[in-house]
Formats: sequence, C-alpha cells, structure tokens
Amino acid sequence: MRKDIIIKLENVWKTYLMGEDNYVHALRGVNLEVRKGEFLAIMGPSGSGKSTMVNSVGCLDVPTKGKIYLESHDISKLHESDLAQIRGRMIGFIFQQFNLINTLTALENVMLPMIFQGMIPEERDERARELLEHVGLGDRMHHRPSELSGGQQQRVAIARAIANDPEVILADEPTGNLDSKTGNVVIDYLRKLHKEGKTIIMVTHDSNVAKAAERREYLKDGIIVKSL
Amino acid sequence: MIKDYFILTFRSLRKRKIRSWLTMIGIFIGIASIVALIGLGEGLRETINSQFGFLGTDILAITASGGLGPPGSGVVDSLTDKELNELKRVKGIEGAAGRIMESVKIVFNKKISFSYAISLPDGDDRKILEHVMTMEAQKGRLLEDGDKNVVFLGSMFFDKDNTFGKIISPGSKVEILGKEFRVIGIMEKKGNPMLDSVVFMNEDDLRNLVDRPKDEYDIIGVRFSESADINKIKQNIEKRLRKIRDVKEGEENFAVETPASMLEQVNSIILGIQIFVYIIAGISILVGGIGIMNTMYTAVVERTKEIGIMKSIGARNSTVFTLFFIESGLLGTVGGIIGTIIGFLAATGLALIGRLILKSELITAYFPMGLIIGAILFSFILGSFFGTLPAIQASKLNPVDALRHTK
Repeated sequence: MRKDIIIKLENVWKTYLMGEDNYVHALRGVNLEVRKGEFLAIMGPSGSGKSTMVNSVGCLDVPTKGKIYLESHDISKLHESDLAQIRGRMIGFIFQQFNLINTLTALENVMLPMIFQGMIPEERDERARELLEHVGLGDRMHHRPSELSGGQQQRVAIARAIANDPEVILADEPTGNLDSKTGNVVIDYLRKLHKEGKTIIMVTHDSNVAKAAERREYLKDGIIVKSL
Repeated sequence: MIKDYFILTFRSLRKRKIRSWLTMIGIFIGIASIVALIGLGEGLRETINSQFGFLGTDILAITASGGLGPPGSGVVDSLTDKELNELKRVKGIEGAAGRIMESVKIVFNKKISFSYAISLPDGDDRKILEHVMTMEAQKGRLLEDGDKNVVFLGSMFFDKDNTFGKIISPGSKVEILGKEFRVIGIMEKKGNPMLDSVVFMNEDDLRNLVDRPKDEYDIIGVRFSESADINKIKQNIEKRLRKIRDVKEGEENFAVETPASMLEQVNSIILGIQIFVYIIAGISILVGGIGIMNTMYTAVVERTKEIGIMKSIGARNSTVFTLFFIESGLLGTVGGIIGTIIGFLAATGLALIGRLILKSELITAYFPMGLIIGAILFSFILGSFFGTLPAIQASKLNPVDALRHTK
C-alpha cells in the first residue's frame, strides 16, 4: 500500500439477510483508495450504499467480504472492542441527525470521546473549551442540545468529531437537516479542517454541497459507477 | 474514569427522575421493612435476654406454688430446708441455694415506694449467684458475709428521676418496713426494670425483717454442670419433690423453671417471626429487583440510539456495560440507603411510641452495624444483579443498527 494512501477498500461486499433467504447486497465489490489529506465526496441516490460504505470505512461495521485498510492495518476482521478503540482515536463522525447526547451539555458532549480515550480531566476540559471556541460556541458551552439551533448542534458535533484529533473525518449528510445558509457554515468548517490537513470523506446527495470536495465518487446499487 | 461514568449515569437518572424514583420505591419498601422489623426483633431479643439474666441461664429455679407469681404471698407451701438438702443430692446438680423474696415498703426522703427485697445466701452460694447474675457494684461495694443492716440496691435508686425525688447513694439511710438500713452499694444498670429496682440484703437480715422461719425459701436456685441435660435434671427434681411433698404428677404445688430453655423457646419464636418477615420482605425486594430490571431494559431500548452514538465516538462494549451496570447498581444502592433510613426511623419511632404509650420496655429497636451495612450492600448487589442482563444487552448492540434506531 502506497504511503500516502490512508484508506483502501479492496473488493468490499456487504450483504444483509432480509427475511428467510432474501439476500440484499448493499455493497458489491467496491474498490477505493483515499489519499491522506484528501477531501472526498461520495454521492448517489438513497439506497445506493453510501452510508454502508461510510460505516465500513468508519469501523462501525465489518464487511461481509473483502478488505478494508486503515493506515495499512486490515480492519475488516477486527473484533468490536478493537474497532471501538480505532474509531475513537482515528475517526471523527459527523451525522445528519447531529447525534448529540441530550442529557449532556455541549461541553460534556465534546469531552465524551476524550473520556472514552482516558484523557485526564484538566486536559480534556481545556481542549473541549478550545474546540467550542473554535466553532464559535464559546458562549453556549453549558447549554444542552435542546437549547441549541440545528446549526449550533452540528458545530458541537464537529467539535466533538475532532476532539481526539483524528486523521479521518466522516461526514454522513452533514447538511441534510440544515437550511442552505447554516449548511454552508458547516461546509466551511469542513473546508477549514481539510486545509488543516485532515482527510475528509463526506456522503451527500446534494451536488452543490459536493462541490466543496476535491474528488467525487458516484455510487449506484452498491458499486462505484463514476469518478470525478 | 469511574468518576466520569458516575456523572454520566447520574445525568441520565436525573433526566428520568420520576421513573428512577418509582423504581427505587420498590427497593426501599422492601429494605425499609426488613431493617425496621429486624431492628425491632433484635431489640426484643436483647430485652428478653437481659430480663432472663435475673435468674441466670445456667441455673434452674424452683418455686413454690407454680409460676413466678408473687412469692411470699403466704398461701403457698414454701420450699423447705429439707427439700433444699434433698435437691443437692439429685444427680447432675452441682449446688443449690435457697432465697427468699418479699415485697417491701421503702421510705426515703419522706416518700414511699414498694419493691422486691431478695435475700443473698452466705459463702460460696453468694459467689455463684453474683457470677450468674453478673452482679457488679457501680458505686460502693457488693454485700459480704457478716454484713448487718445494710442493703445493696438496683441502679434505679441511684437515678435522679427516682420516685423518692432524691438520689440514694452508698452511705444513705433508707427505711425498709420501718427499720433503718444503710446503703452499701449500687448495682450496675441491667436494663431490666425488675432487677434495677430490687433491694438485696443478707438472708438473716431479710428473715428477721419479714419474720420468716429459718427453713423456708421462696426460690431454690439449682446450678448444674454445663454438660448435663436440663430436661433430665428437671425431671429428676420433679420426681424427688413429688415424693417429698406427696403429690401426684400433674398436681404439683411447685414449679421448676428452666430459664435457658425458656429463653431458647422465646428466641425461636422471635426467629420464626423474623423468618416470616424475611420471606415477605424478600418477595417485596424481588419484585423491586424485577422493577429495576424492567426499568433498565426500557432504558436500553429507549437509549439505543445514545448507545450507538457512544460506540461511534469510541465507547467500547465494556464501557457501555459499565455505564448501565453502574446505573442499576446506583438505583439499588440509593433505594437501599433511603430504605435503611426509613426503616431505622420507623423502628425507632415505634419503639418510642411503645415506651411512651404502652410503657413497655419490651419494644426497643436495636440496630447492629452489620444490619445497616448489610442492607445497603445487599441493595447494591440486588441492583447490579438485576441490571446485568440489560447491561449485557446494551453492550452487545451493533453500532450501525443502534444508530439507525429512531425513538
């Protein structure tokens, strides 16, 4: 594997069993290489397998067949506990639904990934504050998600995604629940992270949003059909 | 790390305040009833044990008339010297001592009160009685052979709230049945109202005072070797006395009391009641535990998405397990602590009401430290136990499925 390649998918299949013998192939032999520091958009209609692919890259799910390399480690056969460790350290997720924990404040939500990595309290408190300042929410730290707007929640999610300083950021329809103006703010933050050297993989079906990326892969029925 | 987990858990419990409290009610009703009833049961047992200390547990008491009813009332055939000597020869008996007991009028500080006066024998028998009754002087000294016109009093006389309105202490002079006696000592408090208000005097003094013939006794205490079979000895004594008194079986004009066996009987009744209570409270706790389990299963379903989120940002299976395990353990522990406090207050309150209204010393609450620690520890274990399965279920959720879960 070339040194500048951070993620590599080799003939990745993901098959679900729906009902007794109804096999649904979400991915049918996907091959993909992502360079370190690249901003990649994965596009395609709903049901094309975009989310399945991102979940596999993000160590949330293991493929039925094929191999996934993350920094030259084959993660396709790892146990859940090891996967949890890898995604906590190397991957930051941003979801369409923001997926913040409602019982915790913005600050605590950002601290959570650092707690799971065993970072000492003073350090993570300081870092979480810095990150929230960074996304312009310095004055909202002690608010709970329900007291924040959609755009603000997504910025908390961005701060949380970069809490452990991961190599890769996976954004699954990050603007899907936002109006275009706040959506643009979020995209600007992704661009900024990209400039800082992060590898960004963004799933979207919105071609305007996808313009922010350097490269676009089109997925249809579980295979990559076009690359731009 | 664990501290953070506690904070996270506390947050989610607080978010579901009403449900958390309802779940805990199930636990604390059970724990409160166990703590209260065991506390009262232990109190009852303590009190009864101390009451029996009056006779000692390794002696038999033989009384004329039957029962421990008011002795010295005169209408019964008193026990005699001859009978005492005969009893000393019964197999298994190590020693026997006769005592007389009279209700006497006491005058002090121009106030009158009535108490029992009990005689103490001379010589070795005195030592034996002092030993079995664990008699000790908190002021002054014990009675000795040859003491004349002196009394040794129960602790109540030394109380500033006594019926005489003035403390009686060693050196004080009291008038008993019109005769003056000097107080030589005050007994340690026994917690038994009868013993604490008793007047001890030497046998000769009491005989002269109440004019009882030399060969009459109200109680004969019989000491036996520890290895002996009480019931066997009791039968032997009864046989011998029936012969002397020429009475048929079932028509005895005497009674042989065995304090130790009576104590055992009372204790076994208390134990029986306690076991019954344990079972009832156990059922309530089991229901409470299932309540915790139910709450935790609901919590897992309700927070499936949250579990997915935590897993996606790096929480391992063990982390998720720990979070849910702590939550159920916390429900149990907090329920247990509240239950223990309620149980403690309820039992103490009942004991107080019992003493104020019924004037009965029998109703007291006694809480050994083990009971309190045990109750709290038990509720923690209970909570954790019933939370284990839901916690395992939570930890095993597949992150992708969990994230897709909609409320």
